[in-house]
Formats: sequence, structure tokens, C-alpha cells
Amino acid sequence: MNTKIATALLVASAMGLSACAKKAPVVLPPEPATTTTGTQPTQPTQSSTGPVVGTQQHFANAVGSSTTIYFDTDRYDIDSQDAAALQAQAQYFARYPQITFTVEGHADERGTREYNLALGERRATSAKNYLVSLGVAANRISVVSYGKESPVALASNEAAWALNRRAASVVIN
Amino acid sequence: MTKMLVLLFSAALIAVPAAAQDLGAPVGDGGPVERVAVEGDDDGPLRGTVTDETAWSDIGIAIPAFATDRDRPTPANADGTGALGREVARVITANLRNNGLFKPVGPDSLPQPAFNQITAPAFSTWSGRSAEMLVHGYVRARDDGKLVVGCYLYDVALQNELVREGWVVGPADWRRAAHKCSDLIFSRLTGESPFFDSRIAYIAETGPKDRRVKRLAVMDSDGANHRFLTLGSATALTPRYSPDYAKILYLSYVDGNPRIYVYDIGSGKQTLVTENRNPTIAPRWSPDGKSILYSMAVAGNTDIYRVPATGGASIKLTNTPGIDIGGSYSPDGTKIVFESDRSGSQQCYVMNADGSNQKRISFFGGRCATPEWSPRGDQIAFTRIAGDFNVAVMNTSGGSMRVLTRGWQDEAPTWAPNGRIIQFFRTERNTGRSGIWQVDLTGENERRLPTPVDASDPAWGPIRP
Repeated sequence: MNTKIATALLVASAMGLSACAKKAPVVLPPEPATTTTGTQPTQPTQSSTGPVVGTQQHFANAVGSSTTIYFDTDRYDIDSQDAAALQAQAQYFARYPQITFTVEGHADERGTREYNLALGERRATSAKNYLVSLGVAANRISVVSYGKESPVALASNEAAWALNRRAASVVIN
Repeated sequence: MTKMLVLLFSAALIAVPAAAQDLGAPVGDGGPVERVAVEGDDDGPLRGTVTDETAWSDIGIAIPAFATDRDRPTPANADGTGALGREVARVITANLRNNGLFKPVGPDSLPQPAFNQITAPAFSTWSGRSAEMLVHGYVRARDDGKLVVGCYLYDVALQNELVREGWVVGPADWRRAAHKCSDLIFSRLTGESPFFDSRIAYIAETGPKDRRVKRLAVMDSDGANHRFLTLGSATALTPRYSPDYAKILYLSYVDGNPRIYVYDIGSGKQTLVTENRNPTIAPRWSPDGKSILYSMAVAGNTDIYRVPATGGASIKLTNTPGIDIGGSYSPDGTKIVFESDRSGSQQCYVMNADGSNQKRISFFGGRCATPEWSPRGDQIAFTRIAGDFNVAVMNTSGGSMRVLTRGWQDEAPTWAPNGRIIQFFRTERNTGRSGIWQVDLTGENERRLPTPVDASDPAWGPIRP
């Protein structure tokens, strides 16, 4: 895996840890309005020091923890919390129609390797389909599964597995 | 049930640009080993019954150093054919001991027979050491640089030769002669098919859990002749040796997406298993090497496909919503056991090779994953998920299930060519470190295989010619 993706995963990881969904019950989720700066009516401007449009950091600053959604064991359905996160993503991608991105699907380590590759693909596709239903053009969204090969939480316990069962949206530069 | 959808994928096996590869230098696999008649005491080996009636594992076998007619330098051993003869006996001793089969005593604690004793053993010497069986052999360097290795098995009590055979090998292949001799001894004493002269493809793993480097690697059945085949810039997973050892199927992220490649070991050429934008996973060979199974995810739905190994149209074998994946042919090629979550969780199913008559066979609680049909045809090994992950076997109808291992996460069984031993990989809790282990069908004799770095996804190839 290249450094770019690894960096993106680290960002996604930090977001996930700082504000997890209910399935990653380490920390309570914050109110959406407090982190979802992308919903502010002000037109985004690029300051000389802030992240540039088209970077993962700009996307992450705008939607906060909503770059990543989490799944229950062996599941791939979009629940209400996932839906809220994907709505935040869809708003961002509607504002920046030039951006293309990849949804990276992952599984926890408690599955066999090949099945988890298929499961990660199913999760990422699930997220993609929901984004398309919200109006994001399908041809802007790539999907890739890493199965259980790229965990962000390294322990072998329920809390770590909950953080690793995820679909993370990553902006293509 | 099965819609035999012939897909309109155009011809497979599209060459991948060299720049987009993660491959090391190609290493061809040696061809067949030449057999040669070796001298004996009579017209041929006796076919008498082995005198010892105890369990194999209690049979004492003396394996002194192989003799040489004339100590000559050889590229196989800087100290000459005499020293090489001792090495050959060590390899045979390790083979028989490490697999829990016998109680061999090796050359380092035995007297060394002279060359003329190879066909006329000093039986009184060996019966005094309470050896039931005696292995003798020799190494001779030919003028063309090749080595002749003779291998003899004697019953000490009967004072009879049970079997003998000889092989001509290039100096680089001297270990193969030791494996052939191990196989000869094993088969003669147990009545089982051979397995030592075989190779294993696997994934070598290094680095921390969240930045694991996974490389394609190969080794002999005893861990020798180890080589890395990919460089590690792209994650490689789930290799499978072709039945003739000429090619390896494996998954690589070399283009950023999980895709199955056909890697030609001799030429170093690599091709996609099918030209398609969708991810392809879980590659398998048919027993005759003419067909390849792969699984492909299309819009979140994974199904199993078959494609000719030489390329061509893919045929879709499964057609249910959910994940149908993997697949392992029965040795006669008529059936395929595979994994599906169509019932809600991973379970094992059997279908005809054309995809018809799909039936679930696992009904014993827990989940059934990564099924692999035994080369003997009568058993299926799989990953049993019931709390922990363990390697288990069942018969081909799903009956007589037995769990063979007790690790926290043991997965992906692969059969020895003779169907008596199963390798798998075991992952440690928290650290994520992995190693290849093997266990025999009794569930005893579990041991870890030595590998230079962490290891996963073992794929045991067939016996070599």
C-alpha cells in the first residue's frame, strides 16, 4: 500500500477514535453541527495556510468524523448514523463537483482473509450506493476493498474490531 | 438453480506492463528427477512384510551418513561428496522426525558405513543399536558434474533389503534426492503416498500490524530453498501453485485494486486472470491445471467463475445474492466445494463442476470457511469458526466433523500431496503476527514450520515428478 493511502487511513483512524459511532463505543459521538463545518453557509475560501480543496485534509476538516462509517459484525447495511455521515459527505461532494474519491471497505481481523476481501467490497459498495442515492454521480466514486489487511485499531478486542469494520471515503488528488 | 452465464469478457491473460509489477527475478522450477537403477545384492528388493508390528511412530530407523565411492568436489558441497552424503542423511532424518512419523537416529550419532557396505550392511552393528530399520545410501559425482544418489532401506531383523532406488540430480537439486529417499522410506513403511518432494507457496509478512508488508514466497516442503518472488511494494495474498509448478496464481494490489494474476515462474511473465475492472479474489486451479476458478465482486455481490488457464471466456458458476467464494475441486475434477453466506453466514457447499446441484453440507454449528478437498478425495478440510478459528475436517457429505487445532485464529488449511498432513496459518492475538503450522489427521504432531519471517496463506503443491 502506498504512503498516500496509509496517510489517509491514519487520518480516518484519528477521526474514528476522536468521535466514533455507536458501534465503536469508546467515545460518545459529538453533535453533528459542532464538527460538520461543511454545512456552514459561508462559501469556503482557501486561505494560504489551510488545506486545499481536493485534498483529504480539506474533506476531513469539512465533514469531521463523517469521512468514515462503521458496521456491525458481518453486516453491510447503512443505519441511521451511517446515513447521517454519508449525507454530510454528499453535501461536501455536491459543493465540490470536481472531486473524485474512493470508498475503501474494510473488515475486522475476526474473519477469514478471502471472505473479508469480499465483505469489504460489499461494505464499500453499500456506502457508494447510498451516496449515489443522495445525488453523487456514480462515476465519481471508486470502490476498493482491503479486507482485514489494513486495520486502524491494532488491539484484538471488540472496541478495536468495531473501529476496523468501516468504509472510509478518501479523496483522489 | 445455476444459470450458466457465459460472460462476454474478452480473452483473458492480458499482459501487464513491466513497470506496474512488483516481481523479483524469475526462478524456474526444476523438471523431473531422473531415476537410475542402483546396484543391489540380488535381482531386486524383497517385498516381504515389515517385521515390526508397532505403530509407525515407534519404529526406530538408523540413518547413517551416505557413503561415497570417491570423495570429489561438487558445487553442492564445498567439502566434497563425502560431506554431502552426511548432509543427505541429515535431511532425511529431519524429514522423518519433524513429521512425527518415526523415531529416526541421524548420521551425527551413528557410525559411518563404508561404500561397499551400502549393499551389504553390517547388520550386527545395527541390531545392537536396537534399530528396526536401516537406511543406507551413497552419493557419487559423475564426470558430467551430476550427482547419483542411491537409497536403500533394510529390515534389520530380517536382514533383508525392503526397497532401493536411485536418482540423478544436478548439484543444485541434491536436496530433492534426499526428499525422494525420504518418500521412498515413508511409502514403503506406511503404504501411503509420498509427500516430501513437494513445494509450498505462501505469503511472507513483515512490519507492524497496520503497515504489514506481504510478499509472495516459495520454499521446499521442509522450508529449504526459500525465495521471495515479489518485492513487497504491493500487497500479495492467497497464492496457489499450478499442478505442474510452472505457474502461481495469486492476488496482488499492484495496480491499486485486488486482482488475481497468473505468474509464470520460469519466464517471470505475469498476466491478469481475466480482463475486467471488478476485483477478483480467491484463485484456485483445477486438478488437471486446465481451468482456473476465481471469485469476482460485482456491485457488492461476489460469485465464483471458471476460466480456461490459457485464457478465454469466463463462466459464472454461482448466482445467488451474497458472497460465494473460493472453491476446491475434488481430485477427479467432477465436484467443487466452496463457501457461501447465502444462508446468512459462511457455510460450505458442494456443487458439480459445471455449477449445477449446489447443496449445503455443513450443519454442525459455527461457520464453515475456506474448504479444501483432500487429494485422497475422502475428506474436506476447512476453517471452523465457532468463537475461535480452528482447522477441522469432515467427510464430503459434511459428516464426521473433527476439529484438529486449538489456536486463537487458525485458518486456510492446505493439504499435503498425500492427504495425511494439513498446513494452515495461525495468527497471534493483538500482535497480528502469523506463522505456518502443520498438523496430521490425528490432530497430534502439530508443529510450526520454520520460515525466515512471519508467514501466512500456505499452499502445498503436488508431489514433484
